[in-house]
Amino acid sequence: MEKDKQKKIIDVELYLHMYQQMAKIRLFELEVNELYLSAKMPGLAHLYIGQEAVAVGVCEALTREDYITSTHRGHGHCLAKGAEVDRMFAELLGKEAGYCRGKGGSMHIADPASGNLGANAIVGGSAGIATGAGFAAKRLGNGRVAVCFFGEGALGQGLLYEVMNLAQLWKLPVIYVCENNLYNEYTHYTETTAGELSARPQAFGMHTEIVDGQDARAVYEATKRLVERARRGEGPAFLLCETYRYRGHHVGDIDRSYYRSKEEELDWETHRDPLNNLADWMLAQGLCDQRTLDQIQSEVEAEVKAGVEFALNAPFPDESEVDQHVYA
Amino acid sequence: MSTPDANAREITFGEAIREALAEELRRDERVFIIGEDVAEAGTPFKVLSGLVQEFGPDRVIDTPISEAGITGLGVGAAMTGMRPVVDIMFGDFVTLVMDQMVNQAAKVHYMSGGKLHVPIVMRTTMGATRRSAAQHSQSLHALLSHIPGLKVVVPSTPYDAKGLLKTAIRDDNPVAFFEDKMMYRLKGPVPVGEYTIPFGAADIKRSGADITIVATSSMVQVALGAAKLLEEIGISAEVIDPRTTKPLDKQTLIDSAKKTSRAIVVDEGYESYGVTAEIAAIIADGAFYYLDAPVKRMGAMDVPIPFSPALEDLTVPTEQDVVEMAKTLCGVV
Repeated sequence: MEKDKQKKIIDVELYLHMYQQMAKIRLFELEVNELYLSAKMPGLAHLYIGQEAVAVGVCEALTREDYITSTHRGHGHCLAKGAEVDRMFAELLGKEAGYCRGKGGSMHIADPASGNLGANAIVGGSAGIATGAGFAAKRLGNGRVAVCFFGEGALGQGLLYEVMNLAQLWKLPVIYVCENNLYNEYTHYTETTAGELSARPQAFGMHTEIVDGQDARAVYEATKRLVERARRGEGPAFLLCETYRYRGHHVGDIDRSYYRSKEEELDWETHRDPLNNLADWMLAQGLCDQRTLDQIQSEVEAEVKAGVEFALNAPFPDESEVDQHVYA
Repeated sequence: MSTPDANAREITFGEAIREALAEELRRDERVFIIGEDVAEAGTPFKVLSGLVQEFGPDRVIDTPISEAGITGLGVGAAMTGMRPVVDIMFGDFVTLVMDQMVNQAAKVHYMSGGKLHVPIVMRTTMGATRRSAAQHSQSLHALLSHIPGLKVVVPSTPYDAKGLLKTAIRDDNPVAFFEDKMMYRLKGPVPVGEYTIPFGAADIKRSGADITIVATSSMVQVALGAAKLLEEIGISAEVIDPRTTKPLDKQTLIDSAKKTSRAIVVDEGYESYGVTAEIAAIIADGAFYYLDAPVKRMGAMDVPIPFSPALEDLTVPTEQDVVEMAKTLCGVV
């Protein structure tokens, strides 16, 4: 009984932490949208809103030393893996205090200290890097696993199949996390993808699981299983997460009527929101009260507000930085 | 002129490459070789023969025919503590690995603000006249020399090949290493002992007073042959080998052109927008007031490389072509 009670406490802490991480990502992205609309942010931004349960569910099942590679829609992955809000904003604004000294920007945030080998603006472009990280982990025997995040659009890229073949052949500790948010940019995935998504990894004999990507607990539990498998030397896995991108392909993609309906968007936001899902479940189970959730929300709001202030006030890199770090 | 010491023996270019790899595999357990038919087969050129027997299949790794995949895996392994040497059998196949080399390997260090490193070596081949036709004969080192963040090596002798490959493997940056497959059996002196050759240091392969011939890879052999013929008609040619196109030892090239007042640049890449254009521009700029003639470029003909020997041989600069060009520049009829 005592053991059950302890497990329950640990689980509640885990769920509350997952909720906090998702809330942080949601608020971070809303703030990014504001920064973009108020012309304070240069370049492009691809918002992760709606998909928070995937990044958080996956990263909660990893250690800080485990690796991830991310995508152009990567803010959520970076935050979930342990990046700080203030230095994230600083990078998005091209400031020296950013994770990459302002040289990477929104689509290239890398933070080796938290195991983040970098977001990649080539669709599917990091599949090789993640697989190589898994290869190195196995070779060095350090017990780490590598997670490769990508969207369903990356299933159109040949590199992914080349490296999944290698990973399966050599039993590398790599987890390929496919976030099917239904749209390759502005095109529904069924218009671009023959056959079943999950049949593709299965063709390599790769262990494949499909999970509700709006359910953080389900994503976490699935990832935990796959990570344990990988650490035991049982090889790679493919985790297909069914999710939804609430916003456009990027912040400027406002009129989406030509590729999807408002009703569809509203349906996901109303019935399948990852934050509401977790909150409702915790409340229904009596694991926490509304005050706790409100408290988390206000903590995260304060963190995001302070982070934006920090970034807005931070200096740009010195001009002498421009040709530094071309070579090591 | 860097020359091997008295302990040197004569070994082939291919053997020099193999020695460099074996020594680095012995020295550093993070080093591994990965590529198509690199293990038991030792590559179609047999350059790697015997390595798998000494180092085992975990360090000399045969792969599927997936150039992009193995290079991508190499990039990731390099970022996380390993030092991969990726074997891309034919230089023509670098087109298949371009995203991994150009958008990933070359940019990771910069994009991460200097936090990540990619110590990967991509070994590949170059060179025509092997009757291998348009997709197995190109010299595409200019494509990679164009990219900031990459280093590019084009050795011309067994001695240089060994010393430069060891440097490449120890470098913390991505390096593309181009071996002219027509030179694998070329013999030259290589010392028994350990040595490395720094990048960005051109080598004066032959001193001369009347004209500078800058040449890369197998074109160095062509230039040296031409210099001998020119000597017979009283023209003293200096042959300079940059050894690495990136970084490029501009000063040695400029100094030589200042001394001789004339320069030809010979490289087996396509002539248009190529290595010859870059080097000619550097000399024209740096030695302008010393030049008595325009700097001339001699690259591969701007055609897909034909199969027929009768046609293929027309596409690559020869000793005689270089001699004729030098005579013209020196005003010798």
